[in-house]
Amino acid sequence: MAVIDAGPRSTFTGTIRVRLRTPARRRNLELFLLLGALVLAGGAMVLVELGALGRVGGTLLVLEGGLAVLVLLGHVAERVVAPDADPFVFPIAVLLNGVGIAEISRIDIAKGLGGWEAAGVRQIVWTGIALIVAFAALVLIRNHRVLQRYRYIAMFSAIVLLLLPVLPGIGRTISGARVWIAIGPFSFQPGELAKIALAIFFAGYLVTARDSLSMVGRTFLGMRFPRVRDLGPILVIWVLAMAVIVFQHDLGTALLYFGLFLVMLYVATGRLSWVIIGLLLFGCGAYIAGRSLNYVAGRFGSWLDAFNPAVYEKSGGSYQLVQGLFGLANGGLVGTGLGQGRPDIVPLAESDYIVASLGEELGLVGLFALLALYLLFVSRGFRIGFTGQDDFGRLLGVGLSFVVALQVFIVIGGVTRVIPLTGLTTPFLAAGGSSLVANWIIVALLLRLSDSVRNQPHWVVDTAPIPVMASSSDPSAAPAGGAS
Amino acid sequence: MNKELRRVSIVVLIMFLALFGSTTIIQVFQQDNLKSDGRNVRTLYASFSAERGSILVAGQPIATSIATNDKYKYQRQYANGQLYSAVTGYFTLNQGNTGLENALNNYLSGTANEQFLAQLNAILTGQNPKGASVETTIDPVVQQAAWDALGNYQGAVVALNPKTGAILAMVSKPTFDPNTLAVHNSAQVISTYKQLLVDSGDPLINRAIAGSLNPPGSTFKLVVASAAFESGQYTPDSTFPNPGSLTLPQSSTVITNAEGGSCGGADTASIATALRLSCNIPFAQLGLALGYNTISGQAKKYGFDDDNLRIPMKVTPSVYPQTDSDAQQMISSFGQGNDRVTPLQMAMVSAAIGNGGKLMTPNVVDNITAPDLSVLQKLTPTLYNTPISSATATTMTQLMVNNVANGAASNARINGVDVAGKTGTAQNAPGAPYTLWFTGFAPAADPQVAVAVVVENGGGRGQSAFGNLLAAPIAKKVIEAVLNR
Repeated sequence: MAVIDAGPRSTFTGTIRVRLRTPARRRNLELFLLLGALVLAGGAMVLVELGALGRVGGTLLVLEGGLAVLVLLGHVAERVVAPDADPFVFPIAVLLNGVGIAEISRIDIAKGLGGWEAAGVRQIVWTGIALIVAFAALVLIRNHRVLQRYRYIAMFSAIVLLLLPVLPGIGRTISGARVWIAIGPFSFQPGELAKIALAIFFAGYLVTARDSLSMVGRTFLGMRFPRVRDLGPILVIWVLAMAVIVFQHDLGTALLYFGLFLVMLYVATGRLSWVIIGLLLFGCGAYIAGRSLNYVAGRFGSWLDAFNPAVYEKSGGSYQLVQGLFGLANGGLVGTGLGQGRPDIVPLAESDYIVASLGEELGLVGLFALLALYLLFVSRGFRIGFTGQDDFGRLLGVGLSFVVALQVFIVIGGVTRVIPLTGLTTPFLAAGGSSLVANWIIVALLLRLSDSVRNQPHWVVDTAPIPVMASSSDPSAAPAGGAS
Repeated sequence: MNKELRRVSIVVLIMFLALFGSTTIIQVFQQDNLKSDGRNVRTLYASFSAERGSILVAGQPIATSIATNDKYKYQRQYANGQLYSAVTGYFTLNQGNTGLENALNNYLSGTANEQFLAQLNAILTGQNPKGASVETTIDPVVQQAAWDALGNYQGAVVALNPKTGAILAMVSKPTFDPNTLAVHNSAQVISTYKQLLVDSGDPLINRAIAGSLNPPGSTFKLVVASAAFESGQYTPDSTFPNPGSLTLPQSSTVITNAEGGSCGGADTASIATALRLSCNIPFAQLGLALGYNTISGQAKKYGFDDDNLRIPMKVTPSVYPQTDSDAQQMISSFGQGNDRVTPLQMAMVSAAIGNGGKLMTPNVVDNITAPDLSVLQKLTPTLYNTPISSATATTMTQLMVNNVANGAASNARINGVDVAGKTGTAQNAPGAPYTLWFTGFAPAADPQVAVAVVVENGGGRGQSAFGNLLAAPIAKKVIEAVLNR
């Protein structure tokens, strides 16, 4: 412990002591939380089977046991390769993932699906794959700064990933959106991985370019606006987002990418003008799309006038939205109980509408708990942004956690009519392999980033009580009336 | 960078607050609206999956939920479905509900506000939620007697206890078997429902309290006579000119008394005589003298025009509509013209007279009991109104007893019992069959039952039948059933 004398004694009543603190490792806390998350996830599965079937089946629980072993192995690996990582991120992801599997299995039961047909079984297998991929990433990327070097490769990968579904032959259109590729029996949504590549690219690019983006330009209405030639990048991203809307019919993904870019741009440059320009650009684009593209207009119509019988009965109308609301209302405050509701009435109850399914069976109480978990997850990511050592790491941490927050908002906001409904997956909860793999990679990156933040010792003000030293030179120490 | 990050954190927080808010609004504040939306099949499933409470008559279930193996979990079963159909109504998958099944649906399905804590308790302790059971005021013996007495006629019978308003019997014919509508096959329910809907006998309508209503005919004279005595200007001995026929003012319509000729043969006819022999001409003059407002006021006190009467099923209001000429006023004063009433309304008129002028609110539910046997609601007799003074009630009772003992309602006589009654034979469209009525109560001094009987479609005899011939004997059997129990 170092004690620094903060100044001449005569001007202070005492000393401020500062010491160098090495953050405590929190692996045991993480293990404790992980065990809790596993118990809750397993309990949810048992309740689902008891509630919907009236008995506990073996297969799914055995598969989940396998996952639990993987999770614990991951924890052990983490003790070796990222001993200082944040203790909350991993358990939160495990819990969300586990609750998701339970609810997906519940809908399989309602639909009478079993074996490989069952989305729940596939979700368990995908979770296993995602865990392995995530820990491979954690082991391989020992220093996140290498990612900065690959920023243009990241950009290129993102564009390729986005373009893949448009390619004839492997591209697939599912519920109106062309965001899937299918090779043999496997289908994948490459856009989910693209968001990570984009976050890496944005962080790397903005760290190098932010000076020119923030320092130069002319001031107008009290804000500094950028030079026209510096508008290049934002226009490129805007074109990309618009292309997603026009060619892939995927409003949610476009909003996600553009929102991610704007927030990272703002955090990097500190210029509100960028946000305003971005929002104006996106607003214009969305308005034009709404006027010219039927599916966008339909989404807005369903949002604003969901209960109108004409909108409700129209193909691609508000049927799903309204049935989801009925499901939520059926859940009410405390929910029907796992396995006791009828979430399967809503189309896509296991993927896009997993939140409505959970809201029905776990009630408002359950949804609040899930939202709180997401909020905690995001706040742990933002912590990296606040306390990180290097700007690339800070930007990347903020970008990755913000993309989760924004995706949660777009999906749940769509289901609960805060914004128009778009087809995105709820991170960790919704059925879908690509989404799981992408979000678990985000977990790995956040663990890596937090590890690098926390293994640096830093100066802290010592809060231990300081003995008050009476000093004759302190005027207040002498009673005012003492001289007379 | 930290300043920007703080601002972004606030944006994220706002985004999540919006989600906390939107889920709260949907799951708490809009919950009832969303649940009652007709497109919400969950509410339907839920109302089937909870073990619906039973409807009981004298402790025996007439409607119960039987466990099934399909997705609805329970099916409704009606013991003696046709006999009690006017009380229970039906409970279907997709064609709505009627009767008590509809009026007390939230109690039967366990979703009434009083049951909220019990439901919460059931959820927390893992029990299946159960609805409350409903004990009716129906007396099975009286109900059966009314059912048998009405035979194959198209019509309705209502019997109630004048002192409490408790409905002892309610029968409407032709009717249906609610079991046929309780099946869990939507297509079958729809086809049965459509068949019942187009049936010329309108079996789905409970004629005792609803439907297209009938003109009351001479039973309405009870209301007009009440208004006359309440006005203080008339006594039973007040007299009117007594012609054998009368041409209505400013019209070519000629009205006659039902039996033809004058009323009792004297130069003048008293109100007492006119009521006893059910003469139209003196009542037409009395009605004109009293005026629309006086009679309308009296009718409303008896319950006419009351759109809020629930037993707890909604009762279609009986009407005595505004007349726009002296001729119409005269016709409406003996229950013709646009006057339309339910049998329940006429039973209420009799009940009020029998109960010394005090009209008790009619109801068919005795108590609602939760599965844990706690009583959620218990019928306490409540005063609906006091349409006439006890003096008028005494006068009216004497006139009605006379009416049965030695007047136009002779077929309701019971040995050793003073029966008070009034018949009615209402004309419909020219040439159309009459509507036959009887309403009354017994024993006159201490009434146990007030009854109203309507036989529609002339009892199958066109214009040849009359109230005393067909309706009075039905009422007599119902009264006997009550007095013999």
